[in-house]
Amino acid sequence: MPVLMVIAERRWQTTGDPIHLDLAKRWAKGTAILFAVGAVSGTVLSFELGLLWPTFMERAGPLIGMPFSLEGFAFFTEAIFLGIYLYGWDRISSRAHWWAGIAVAVSGAASGVFVVIANAWMNSPTGFDLVAGQIVNVDPIAAMMNPMAFQQTLHMTLAAYTATGFAVAGIHALLLLRDPSNGFHRRALNIALMVGVPAALLQPISGDISARSVARYQPAKLAAMEAHFETAAAVPLTIGGWPDMETGETRYAIKIPYGLSLLAFHDPNAVVKGLNEFPRSDWPHVPIVHTAFQIMVAIGSYLALLSLWIGWMAFRRRELVANRLLLGAIALSAPMGFIAIEAGWTVTEVGRQPWIIYGVLRTADAVTPMPGLIVPFLLFTLLYCFLGVIVAWLLYRQIIRSPKATEWTRIYSPTGARRG
Amino acid sequence: MAEIGLAEILAAILGLSLNAYVLFGGADFGGGVWDLLASGPRRQRQRDVIAHALGPIWEANHVWLILAIVLAFTCFPPVYARLGTLLHIPLTLMLVGIVLRGSAFTFRTYDNQHDATQRRWGRIFASASVITPVLLGVSIGAVASGRLGQNPTGTFVQQYVEPWLTAFAFSVGLLTLVLFAFLAAVFLTLETHDRELCDDFRRRALASGVAAFFASALVLVLSRETAPLVMHGLLSSAWAVPLHLATGATAIAVLAALWYRRFRLARVGAGLQVSLIFWGWPLAQYPVLVPPDLTVSRAAAPDITLRLVLIILIGGGIILLPSLWYLFRIFKTVPADQGARNG
Repeated sequence: MPVLMVIAERRWQTTGDPIHLDLAKRWAKGTAILFAVGAVSGTVLSFELGLLWPTFMERAGPLIGMPFSLEGFAFFTEAIFLGIYLYGWDRISSRAHWWAGIAVAVSGAASGVFVVIANAWMNSPTGFDLVAGQIVNVDPIAAMMNPMAFQQTLHMTLAAYTATGFAVAGIHALLLLRDPSNGFHRRALNIALMVGVPAALLQPISGDISARSVARYQPAKLAAMEAHFETAAAVPLTIGGWPDMETGETRYAIKIPYGLSLLAFHDPNAVVKGLNEFPRSDWPHVPIVHTAFQIMVAIGSYLALLSLWIGWMAFRRRELVANRLLLGAIALSAPMGFIAIEAGWTVTEVGRQPWIIYGVLRTADAVTPMPGLIVPFLLFTLLYCFLGVIVAWLLYRQIIRSPKATEWTRIYSPTGARRG
Repeated sequence: MAEIGLAEILAAILGLSLNAYVLFGGADFGGGVWDLLASGPRRQRQRDVIAHALGPIWEANHVWLILAIVLAFTCFPPVYARLGTLLHIPLTLMLVGIVLRGSAFTFRTYDNQHDATQRRWGRIFASASVITPVLLGVSIGAVASGRLGQNPTGTFVQQYVEPWLTAFAFSVGLLTLVLFAFLAAVFLTLETHDRELCDDFRRRALASGVAAFFASALVLVLSRETAPLVMHGLLSSAWAVPLHLATGATAIAVLAALWYRRFRLARVGAGLQVSLIFWGWPLAQYPVLVPPDLTVSRAAAPDITLRLVLIILIGGGIILLPSLWYLFRIFKTVPADQGARNG
């Protein structure tokens, strides 16, 4: 969101077009709503780590506390500059104001990166020695530089820009289908695509880097993602199908010869470890991981192809809005990025099971001993569903809705600043 | 007394960040309390001043609590694990309160139609502002009482409910609530130029200042039975008499400042007074973090972690402090009800 907001403000500064100012202000409001909800849910997160996983945090705290501390500072910086941005429209120079927006975008992205680094450590734990089941000789810097850190943060950051860009673009595309001449939605669509399209085009490259790391550091997860049961050379790529964990077969799937070996190791004859290499007690739930992975890849491919199409249209200087088929395809993409993110997290989290720290601590041993956990589980699920609905409704009312005529007249007032 | 090492420095920073949360977060919660208790002919205008003074961006004040939590699990992991396990119920309820409060306030602010829905958000915001500080205080009281983990083989109720379901813990909860309300009332006297509104908040500040005295006395009386360690520290340490004298003197000074309408002085004094009361707790049980057995040195993470965290804190401070200074420089001259809120 903050990236959209600063692009819009920049365009307003260079063109003087008041619709861009309106967009920047609306997106700033959206950022503020999401930030406030993020602040409270971040508080919840830091508590829940201990309320649910006390044993995990007792062991891992000294190792992954560092990215969390850094995240705290990034978050604080974001809060300060968001405050300046929101309430400083007519108090500081427009150049300083724009830079405050940049600071919001940078610190927001940084805090995401730090949290994902902590998660990457759970996938490829480094920076300690394991002596008789105890973590000793900790080295928090080595833990931060764990081998999955770069791949996972790159993948997630691109995913965030893709999902947000296409969610915003999709909604405005839907509204343009009804009202093609609306200048407000046209500009919003353009800016949202400027963020979403490049990220979606880079994402397959990042996905390839990630997949090769998983093949190297978490072969059991890769095998589950691909529903690959028997170790073999020149393994085909399995698309779709339903893996049966009892028989070790995947039915109804399409197989592309050499595909998996090629993708995982860039060598058509490479040997890929199957699940049979691992004791049954170390298997994740294969159908969930495989299906979630297929969903993520399918959506990623759709968005990348859609981005190629949009890029081609832009290159040929064709009017995007005139092509109703393209607008429909963009509208369809609105929820997809977020579905793909959820599916991706399912792959990495369920795929790591039964471990909470891969190869070190099992999830079942890390959970709080308190009985009756179903109660807080239901409580927080209900609470978050409720919040989700309300946030969506608020964002719609505040940001997406076309401006009313009265609001337009205020935008065109001499000061240019709209008070709300 | 243990010598001062890395662990002690970080424990002190942990205390400072809780202190900051009590001051800044506390004033936010207290604002909610006065929103709930708004009364008289200027009821709606009181609520408007409170809403202006808070602003959703100040949900960021939770960062102090998050910092304390992150320091706890990074530097003193056993403390964090034990609190998370044994105080599961009050902490979970407190979280629900924080989530409802923050969200309700945001939604009330951005749902800018004065309708029934907005009033309903206001009520959720205000009630959550009352319940959450009580639960925070109850959790602190449970730690101070030293009853956590006394009964590792007990039943569910003995392990997870009885340690915090005590009169002492709830008296700490009450004290927390009263102090937060007091802070907010003192802060709010400076947030308006309207003499009548200012008087409303002045009366509230005086009343809650007196109430804070009685609530503190109640905590001390109940600690005889339930929290002997803290009571002993509060009564017979070398620093006890100077601390109480300083607290008492500050309290009287704040009440006098309110009486004579020296609101700026009262604001500073109230912050100092609440900080002094807060520090009575960790000082009384030092060097124990979670009574009876988790001391600073026994709970501390390896030295390398502590050193890195300290470096991050210093480095982060170097970035943050100028940013904060910039923020305040932009906004400090304009009181909340004059400063136009754009965007």
